[in-house]
Amino acid sequence: MTRISLTVDGQQVVDDVEPRMLLVQYLREKLGKTGTVVGCDTSNCGACTVHLDGRSVKSCNVLAVQADGAAVTTIEGLAGDDGTLHPVQEAFRECHGLQCGFCTPGMIMQTVDLLAENPSPSEEAIRLGLEGNLCRCTGYHNIVRAVQHAAGVSAGSTSSAGEGATA
Amino acid sequence: MTATQEPAQGEIGRDRRRKEDQRLITGRTRWTDNITLPGMLHLAMVRSPFPHARITSIDTAAAKGAPNVVAVLTGADLGEGQGACINAWPVVPDQVTPAHLPMPTDRVAFAGETVAVVVARSAAEARDAAELVEVDYEELPAALDLKEAAANTVLAHPDLGTNVSAVWRFDSAEAGTGGDVEQAIAEARENGIVIEREYRQQRLIPAFMEPRSVVVDPTGEQITVWSATQVPHILRFAIAATTGVPESKIRVIAPDVGGGFGGKLQQTPEEMIAFAVARRLGKPVKFTETRSESLLTAHHGRDQWQRLTLAATKDGHVTGLKVDLLADLGAYVAIVGGGVPVLGAFMFNAIYKFPAYQFQTTNVLTNKTWTDAYRGAGRPEATFAIERLMDELAHELGKDPLEVREMNWIKHEEFPFTTVAGLEYDSGNYEAATARAKEMFGYDALRAEQADRRARGDRVQLGLGVSTFTEMCGLAPSRVLGSLNYGAGGWEHAEVRMLATGKVEVVTGASAHGQGHETAFSQIVADRLGVPFEDVEVLHGDTQISHKGLDTYGSRSLVVGGEALVRAVDKVIEKARPVAAHLLEASADDLEFSDGRFTVRGTDQGMAITEIATAVFAAHNLPDGVEASIDSEATYDPVNFNYPHGTHLCAVEIDTETGQVRMRKYACCDDIGNVINPLIVSGQVHGGLVQGIAQALWEEAVYDDNGTLVTGSFVDYLLPTAADTISFDLDHTTSPATTNSLGTKGVGEAGTIASTPAVVNAVVDALRPYGVHDVAMPCTPERVWRAINSGGSGGETTQAAAPHFDESEGAAQ
Repeated sequence: MTRISLTVDGQQVVDDVEPRMLLVQYLREKLGKTGTVVGCDTSNCGACTVHLDGRSVKSCNVLAVQADGAAVTTIEGLAGDDGTLHPVQEAFRECHGLQCGFCTPGMIMQTVDLLAENPSPSEEAIRLGLEGNLCRCTGYHNIVRAVQHAAGVSAGSTSSAGEGATA
Repeated sequence: MTATQEPAQGEIGRDRRRKEDQRLITGRTRWTDNITLPGMLHLAMVRSPFPHARITSIDTAAAKGAPNVVAVLTGADLGEGQGACINAWPVVPDQVTPAHLPMPTDRVAFAGETVAVVVARSAAEARDAAELVEVDYEELPAALDLKEAAANTVLAHPDLGTNVSAVWRFDSAEAGTGGDVEQAIAEARENGIVIEREYRQQRLIPAFMEPRSVVVDPTGEQITVWSATQVPHILRFAIAATTGVPESKIRVIAPDVGGGFGGKLQQTPEEMIAFAVARRLGKPVKFTETRSESLLTAHHGRDQWQRLTLAATKDGHVTGLKVDLLADLGAYVAIVGGGVPVLGAFMFNAIYKFPAYQFQTTNVLTNKTWTDAYRGAGRPEATFAIERLMDELAHELGKDPLEVREMNWIKHEEFPFTTVAGLEYDSGNYEAATARAKEMFGYDALRAEQADRRARGDRVQLGLGVSTFTEMCGLAPSRVLGSLNYGAGGWEHAEVRMLATGKVEVVTGASAHGQGHETAFSQIVADRLGVPFEDVEVLHGDTQISHKGLDTYGSRSLVVGGEALVRAVDKVIEKARPVAAHLLEASADDLEFSDGRFTVRGTDQGMAITEIATAVFAAHNLPDGVEASIDSEATYDPVNFNYPHGTHLCAVEIDTETGQVRMRKYACCDDIGNVINPLIVSGQVHGGLVQGIAQALWEEAVYDDNGTLVTGSFVDYLLPTAADTISFDLDHTTSPATTNSLGTKGVGEAGTIASTPAVVNAVVDALRPYGVHDVAMPCTPERVWRAINSGGSGGETTQAAAPHFDESEGAAQ
């Protein structure tokens, strides 16, 4: 067992963990941060994406011990303390960028990072930026709209997703 | 009392943002794997690496001694308590159906089948110990190739004496719904056109994003089962029917479920094993599969060979269609299993006026993962075949593919139309949908660009693909299911509870897993009952709350479940009427109900239905003989299937030097009748399109010669990403369904059914100048390149999907 100390969604936590424990397992099993989910075992799907010191990582690809001393933000820590949604969360709802919602935590966390790096991405940049996150429900159409909406570059359309699609 | 709430207006047709989303975008979700109970134990499965083998011994001693292992159990240990996996649809009376134990005791029939289960205090310890279980196998010859299996070269289940589970046939001459197909073909050979083709529907994996998970809690009077399932009611029935535990002692809950697409329409061995282990140990247990386990053992879809003969006159009028399928069931006949090709039987004739039709499917057992419904279930296969054939006919005639379709399709003024397969299509307008799709697509301009690229001998060629589909959905009229020997009905149940505080609880027997039922059903109730959208709460997916239902698949929730809801709401209003009359001191005949209020005709007196709900709750002043409840329920059995249709147009660019296919444009106009929520509908279409496009271009479950699934992870099973796909142009025409109150038609499967042939038609269209008339799916760059260079269909992709490990290390488990 190895002792780690880190901040998760603003809360200081200390635990003894097995060296082989993945960060995602630590978040889910030790901290009950079940908003972050596991969708594969080959780091393809990105459902487990969280922020580690402000950058997106696939938390199935990071050992819990590697997060020692770091600040982790999960989907559960993204909204304001008063419940105000992050603009990216709001955009996913507004543009119907989710259906079953399983990939959504990862998609949202990846989008936040993508927009931090490139605040006005082209559709191509969005699609490439989300390439590491799989979704089986939406066909990505409305996810792309949600990212555009959050970036404020919604191709001149006011209600991007509703009319489906003439974008 | 006074009405304090403004009645809702015009909810139906409004692009309401979804109620479900708040919890999903903040991580406040309840996936089955999130559930943790006191003393809960974890399961790991020991799975066969061989597709067909006799189990000669299982040594569990080392595993039992591993840290924190509580038990290691085999099929023999569980005995009859493990129940059985059922087949609900024996498609013929003498169907050959192998017994399907959740954990077989003597022989495994596919690679991935469970032979032992390890129970430990943590999931990691259970998995570690599973590695220590020593199983000795005596390998048996495996039936892997579908065509060889159909010829009984090697038997998947030697005791059965055959691999042919069933031969199911429909013939229009025998059924009296049309002419003799052999005669039509003979005449066309003499005097017309005969198109004969063989197409392959490759094996696919539904690949929902949430891996399956099950938690069973045997403490308390009812045994509670949480499962990532589409079918909580069917699962409860199946557990009860095969374990002997009374149905009333089992509660099944489908909490938040992360996608299904048919893939979670199953009674799984893992659910049965978890149920048996929890009962045996008296402790809660959880099993959550890894993605590799999911791809390997959750049921697969499609997997057919299709032999097709289309007869037509010289000018291109179709005269007959003969369909002969081989369908791979895999190792067992799954819950719907053999019924999947039968669901396609009525759809090969599609939107066209065939005078004669014959369909036959031969359902074949093999030693591969069992197959069952995957989005569209039988109808994508049918649509692919006919839409590919119509393009071939057009090519033969030298006509535009849309022109040939129009010559043969049912005209809008001919509805209702009884087809050669015996179905009555209630409504539709193929002309209107096609015109709109062409307009969005810019069809003529793209054809001109195609001609230009061909003339220039451009390295990048353009292909245009057409798919004018219809489908039958809204499963299903119970009498029809009965006539097809299906083991259950097709009704749906709904209940409306009027709460004392003015809120409304709606209970539905449909079980959502991402579709947005909570939103769409709230809109329907808000409109019809005249209460605010926000005040309606939709409850589902728990057999103790929703005690009656047949769950969600086959695009049925809205058209069957929604109609049940409409009827339950109407009953609430009728039950409230005498109470309103009493309280308003008026005659019931003088009351009108609109916008949530009863008003006395010709006066300003009135009362909101929510006020009546409160008065009924208090029950201080009810008319004599009236019960103190206006809550109502309804069970609705559909009178017909319903028949959405649409025209889908796809343009692809093909780099003729590399074989790379790039999506250029995709436009579709679907007619799904009246739309409840256009936002949800567009999402269903987008997602459906990509699943269908993925069959055309990317996805295939590939087995090697040893019966090992080599596409057993997301590294090898090619789910499309955002970077592979494009944005779509969607629109709708509206021909309301005439068989339900809301005029709606199903939309969940439409995109998937329509898009696959549109894409392949586009690929083939681009390659026509190279003498290509088919490219096998998925149309990988390798296959396209080979087709260009040989004029064939591109061969197999087995080698392209070879396992990513050194073969000298042997088969990986």
